Amino acid sequence: MRKLLLYIIIITTGIAFLARLFYLQIMDESFSVRSQDNAIEIVYDYPQRGYIYDRNDSLMVSNQPSYDVMAIPRNLKPFDTTEFCEILSIEPNELAKRLDKAKIYSPLLPSVIIPQLTKAEYAILQEKMRKYEGFYIQKRSLRDYQVDHSANVLGYIAQVNQQIINDNPYYISGDLIGRSGVEKTYEELLRGEKGVKYIQKDRFNRDIGSYKDGIYDTLPTKGKDINITIDAELQAYGEKLMENKRGGIVAIEPGTGEILSMITAPSYDPSLLVGRKRSPNYTKLYYDSIARPLYDRGLLAEYPPGSPFKAVNALIALQENVVDTTDSFQCNHGYSYGRGRRMGCHAHRSPLAMVDGIAQSCNAYFANVYRKVIEKYPTPQEGMNTWHDHLESFGFGQYLGNDLSTGRPGKIPDADYYNKIYNYPTYKWYSTATLSNAIGQGEVLMTPIQLANMTATIANHGWYYTPHILKKIEGDPIKEERFTVKNHTTIDPENFKPVVEGMHKVYKSGTASRMQIPDIEIAGKTGTAENFTRIDGKRVQLTDHSIFVAFAPVENPKIALAVFVENGYWGSRYAGKIASLMIEKYIKREITRTDLEDWILSHSLEDEYAKPLSGEPFIINQ
Amino acid sequence: MSRSNASFDWTTIFIYFLLVGFGWANIYSASSAQSSQDFFEFNQIYSKQGLWIVLSVILIVILLSIEAKFYQRFSSVIYAISLVSLAGLFIFGSTIAGQTAWYQIGPVSIQPAEFAKAATALAVAKYLSGIQTDIRDFKHQMGVFVIIALPMILVLLQPDAGSALIYFSFAFALYREGLHFAYLLLGFFAASLFVATLAFGPIWVIAGIVLIAILVYLKNLKRRPNIIKYLFFAGVAVGFSLSVNYVFENVFKQHHRDRFNIVLGKEVDARGIGYNTNQSEIAIGSGGWFGKGWTEGTQTKGHFVPEQHTDYIFSTVGEEWGFVGSVFILALFIVLLLRLIYLSERQRSTFNRVYGYSVVGILFIHFMVNIGMVIGIFPTVGIPLPFLSYGGSGLWAFTILLFIFIKLDADRMAH
Repeated sequence: MRKLLLYIIIITTGIAFLARLFYLQIMDESFSVRSQDNAIEIVYDYPQRGYIYDRNDSLMVSNQPSYDVMAIPRNLKPFDTTEFCEILSIEPNELAKRLDKAKIYSPLLPSVIIPQLTKAEYAILQEKMRKYEGFYIQKRSLRDYQVDHSANVLGYIAQVNQQIINDNPYYISGDLIGRSGVEKTYEELLRGEKGVKYIQKDRFNRDIGSYKDGIYDTLPTKGKDINITIDAELQAYGEKLMENKRGGIVAIEPGTGEILSMITAPSYDPSLLVGRKRSPNYTKLYYDSIARPLYDRGLLAEYPPGSPFKAVNALIALQENVVDTTDSFQCNHGYSYGRGRRMGCHAHRSPLAMVDGIAQSCNAYFANVYRKVIEKYPTPQEGMNTWHDHLESFGFGQYLGNDLSTGRPGKIPDADYYNKIYNYPTYKWYSTATLSNAIGQGEVLMTPIQLANMTATIANHGWYYTPHILKKIEGDPIKEERFTVKNHTTIDPENFKPVVEGMHKVYKSGTASRMQIPDIEIAGKTGTAENFTRIDGKRVQLTDHSIFVAFAPVENPKIALAVFVENGYWGSRYAGKIASLMIEKYIKREITRTDLEDWILSHSLEDEYAKPLSGEPFIINQ
Repeated sequence: MSRSNASFDWTTIFIYFLLVGFGWANIYSASSAQSSQDFFEFNQIYSKQGLWIVLSVILIVILLSIEAKFYQRFSSVIYAISLVSLAGLFIFGSTIAGQTAWYQIGPVSIQPAEFAKAATALAVAKYLSGIQTDIRDFKHQMGVFVIIALPMILVLLQPDAGSALIYFSFAFALYREGLHFAYLLLGFFAASLFVATLAFGPIWVIAGIVLIAILVYLKNLKRRPNIIKYLFFAGVAVGFSLSVNYVFENVFKQHHRDRFNIVLGKEVDARGIGYNTNQSEIAIGSGGWFGKGWTEGTQTKGHFVPEQHTDYIFSTVGEEWGFVGSVFILALFIVLLLRLIYLSERQRSTFNRVYGYSVVGILFIHFMVNIGMVIGIFPTVGIPLPFLSYGGSGLWAFTILLFIFIKLDADRMAH
């Protein structure tokens, strides 16, 4: 025993140490993290964000340097708060609040304390920076807008939030990220790669050289410059035309699917969301729940398409062989069906065949045609689904798969949808129950970009490229397959001829005959859509939406567009005029119909928009 | 030469050089990065240590050349010189960081407390090897306690409680020679009660003592136990626990209390007093399986662990050589200690055996207290890790301690 005791104690101690070392070095991994935290400092070098040019190489967005005051809470030493606050014009208790917040975020990681200094502040602070231990100035690049339009197209950049930091390890607190528009979609192209330096620190937090001789360090890579498909001049002109109106315009080049313009009204100057005034401005825009300037109507507003939708119903009818171009239908100021139900129509000669049916936008003609499509099949369900599938091939009722940061699918009803609302098979439903679809009312909902894409598809006689906004990266045209492979509709190309002819006739002698532009052959279609709002819980009808789609020239189309003006009354009143001016602007680069232009620029719809808010009874469609 | 027909124990010598060499590599790593930054430290700590190592080789040659008989014959003289050198500190010593522990001779500072351990070991061995001496005899127990207590008290007065603690290691040698197990048991119980009182407070400990006393009493009821005896032992235990509490709260300084509290997990203050232990754990813990590589330790380079090249050298091992390297060092120490017990047991003379056991005890207590402290399971006690820690006095003292025994072992057949 006397000989054994020491052996036992020594071996026991050895085992205890072994266990403890195993715990420290192998099991508990937190020590490695803590070692990184206190011995390695990571310093980032931010690259310039890529520039954004329009399709004609005109610069839209460049950069300006910006300086953020950052703090690493752990390294803070007591400092002259009064002087600090004076230089940066910040209240001491506001500063204290931000420092507390930074500490809660992380005592070891940098947080932005005062973002985006002015040049004067930066100049003064830089001199005195060494007095404020724990603070440093981080240089970043902010956007410098060369244009005062296209806010919704370009989007904006803003500081990352905690959610983004959690989801994407690239970003750290204080980083800027594209939060909407092109800035968001092409964030990874535009941002470049930030450079990183690992610096070995000693226990007094002094630099003692680079970690592992800098083998992990990287240099920043500048963001890529891009060209977007937008025509800045056309965009600016469109936004001007839409002043004092609400609505959206989307213009597409049919041959390429490139988006030439994407306008939403009302909009705002993109420079409002840069720098330290960004936050109050953003709040103001965000809380404007009436005009909703941050809401991109061109992409998000799901409206009933109205009469332009008749064009696709005509196409489906031809494809399904239920009518030919010579079949004509009676119109007696409308179309009566069911038990005394009636769809009204305006005054025009009767009967009409397809071309004139489109040109005169005859509701009765399309009611007949639509019923023939649905009733071709043994059950209305089969008819409905056939109709739905044709529409789906145009990209309706779904996201288009474009490269825009936002969007809505719209709505194209199918048999299941009506089965549900009519409680089939307990109750049966027939084509007449869905008859509003014939004239683009009822259950059909579309966004302006879908309507524009429909117009481009008609202009192309049956196919379209997925609309997109990116044209070139660093001067090289994009080759992405989803934008360079044609999407074919289920409609045969020859069926488009009479429809295009009808739309051409809309300008020649139909509902838009007064909007002709010299030397440009335009095909178009007016639309007037009823719409409703709720006031104190009651459904109240508002003045109709004014809708217009058009493409030009008819032979070899260069532009196809959809214009949507909320509460603009009938189609040619606002939307038609705007569409014509846009076409002329794009093709001729100058406006000859100055009477049209003057009318649009001098007419405001603000009174119309004020009506439902006034609290007074009001009259619509006047 | 003497009639020695045994050779030196090369296993021990080999382990010694492995430890010293590995220690130097880690001292190099721990001290090279800071040299250009921190001019409060000596500039070339690693080269100084290198010099000490080279001189140690010369020292070893001298130690092994001296006749084995010399150490036994002159042990009293060596012991006396050692005591005088310790006492002389109070007149000639220089004070660094509150401890009067060094003689400053030109650029060299010598720490006599380091050498006193070997001298005391020789003196204890000499005393117990006397023909008349019997450790079971109370008179002789007192004699040996005095031999141990004299240097211990002088060291304690410096004050250097850590080095004083080492003198308890002689208990192993005394026990081997026949000291009653009760002394060890008493010491063990006292230590347990001490820790338990600090960890759980006197109330629970007293409750526990009373409960155990009652249980043992009831179990032995048939044998008609003497109730007075039970009351006496329980009373002493309770008194001890209460006095521990009193001493802890009223006699100890705050930094002593803090050190205990950290180990007992009662206080977590990673910035203040717990900084050392915390940083040391981070350094070791971040080493993982294979470590960050020699001179690549971020904690070591950043000099986060204070005293890393001296008492905390093992944290460099942990960070740069990982679990594998740490276990390698543990294994070297354990093999060395077990080997030395084996060598002690094969001695023919009491002197050699007692000295051998003293060497094992001294090395073991250093090993246990130092590594225990560095890996955070022992209170912070400032004693070096033998052969690895920076320090000329320490290295020389351990070299002398070990190689005297190697010489004695090689000469064991002479008796």
